[in-house]
Amino acid sequence: MSVSPLPALDDDNRFFWTSGRDGRLRFLRCRACRRYFHPPAPRCPRCLGPDVAPEAVSGRGVVESFTFLPAPPDGGDDGRRVVAWIGFPEQDDLRLTAALVGVPVDRAAISLPVHVAFEVHGEVHLPVFVPADDPGGAS
Amino acid sequence: MDDIGRGPEGAVISGIGQSDVGRRLFRPALGLTLDAALTAIEDAGLTRDDIDGLAAYPGSGSAAPGFAGPSLLEVHDALRLQLSWYAAGVEVAAQLGPVVHAAMAVTTGLARHVLVYRTVTEGSARARAKEAQAERAPSSRPATVEGPMQWLAPYGITGAPQWYAFYVRRYMHEFGLQREQLAQLAISARTKAARNPKAVYREPLTLEEYLGSRMISDPLCLYDCDVPCDGSTAFVVSRADHAPDTASPAIAIEAVGAGAGPRMYRDQLPDAWFGASAAAQMWARTDLGPGDVDVAELYDGFTFLTLSWLESLGFCGRGEAGAFLEGGERIALDGELPLNTNGGQLAAGRLHGLGLLHEACVQLRGTAGDRQVPGAEVAVVANGGLPNMGCVLLTRVR
Repeated sequence: MSVSPLPALDDDNRFFWTSGRDGRLRFLRCRACRRYFHPPAPRCPRCLGPDVAPEAVSGRGVVESFTFLPAPPDGGDDGRRVVAWIGFPEQDDLRLTAALVGVPVDRAAISLPVHVAFEVHGEVHLPVFVPADDPGGAS
Repeated sequence: MDDIGRGPEGAVISGIGQSDVGRRLFRPALGLTLDAALTAIEDAGLTRDDIDGLAAYPGSGSAAPGFAGPSLLEVHDALRLQLSWYAAGVEVAAQLGPVVHAAMAVTTGLARHVLVYRTVTEGSARARAKEAQAERAPSSRPATVEGPMQWLAPYGITGAPQWYAFYVRRYMHEFGLQREQLAQLAISARTKAARNPKAVYREPLTLEEYLGSRMISDPLCLYDCDVPCDGSTAFVVSRADHAPDTASPAIAIEAVGAGAGPRMYRDQLPDAWFGASAAAQMWARTDLGPGDVDVAELYDGFTFLTLSWLESLGFCGRGEAGAFLEGGERIALDGELPLNTNGGQLAAGRLHGLGLLHEACVQLRGTAGDRQVPGAEVAVVANGGLPNMGCVLLTRVR
């Protein structure tokens, strides 16, 4: 179980943090130049066009880097100790920081293929990532 | 790069001052600040009535215990200054921001003599916070987070060691950096601190101790992190022709670099050369180059930030810093690039950027005692990690 604060939902970020309701991960994408971008902004950072909307991505990704959170003080392991940069095949500068779930610390590795899953906290569906060969990652 | 102009020309650091420095002094931040400020003003051959500008980092508004030091308001009032110009803030060219701004102010005629200060009481503030925490139930965590931290905090990523750990591991993966190489920065800092009577940690550090220390955010270990302390550093920035002749000569601000990186989000910049833009601008504003630098004082809140600056400033090629640091000889006091000559923040204490600027001035004046780099004439100072970056090139006025 997460011991960290959850994002406060507002009109700009609600689509992202609630996207997992249908099991899909979404980023804002420019309808004019087709660029994905993150974090959300009112205009496309490339062409500056205002016509941007959430669009689902495959949910497949790859670990670009990672670190470990401190072990819980009670000695228990909540399965949330590895946090990674995740890159996405849709675009080379699209990236998220997110927890790796079901990855023991000794299995964490750069280039590990992963797939999105979601931790549900009320309205918030927190994207996390599981190894691509883990059936729990299928959406 | 495009010629965007030379920046402020003709500004000097006319006076320097520093309070007592210690791991925990349990003294008010304003008192430390006045100690440093009055030393700097006297060192410049001025009185407080000459000071008509005031600048600081970060100014008021920081919640972290002991981080901010006194606000401009408090210093202004304590010294009863008559100000023509003032500025403070955190979204600036890192801790060097107020120095850049002061140089701009004196060269554009907004002020004649600007007092710049940076004060920290993090050592004692954290000790007090720890004590207070032990007496009450653990504080409840915030339920929600907004703004830029919403993308990191829900995953437990809340602190600077974690932000940089991602970059370090990625860099190790791409360029084969070894922990033994990164360790040279921490080991060398202690060797130099042994010659700095004001340093917090003056005992030697061995490679075995470094490798055996606990991980703070893997692969960054305890000795990759600087040490919180108490102390204040102050400067007077003047226009060269306004600075009185004194026994302690002024230091020329030869060039500044104040550019931001291409992204300021702490997980969205794909490479670790955070200071590349600031460095390129600084070098474009001077005829001097990396080969002319006698002393380098490069921000070491974490060892890796110094490594990043070494490459951003062109002291070695991108990806080559591991080999550059190997064995530590190049960065020693008698090496080809004497680096963080007072022990830096890793060993002398986190005076937060401007402690490194103070040391550069001391070296250029030739008053660094046992740790003096003979004949030092050119020094570079670089501050900050992502997102705010700044660097200045200093020369002895000849």
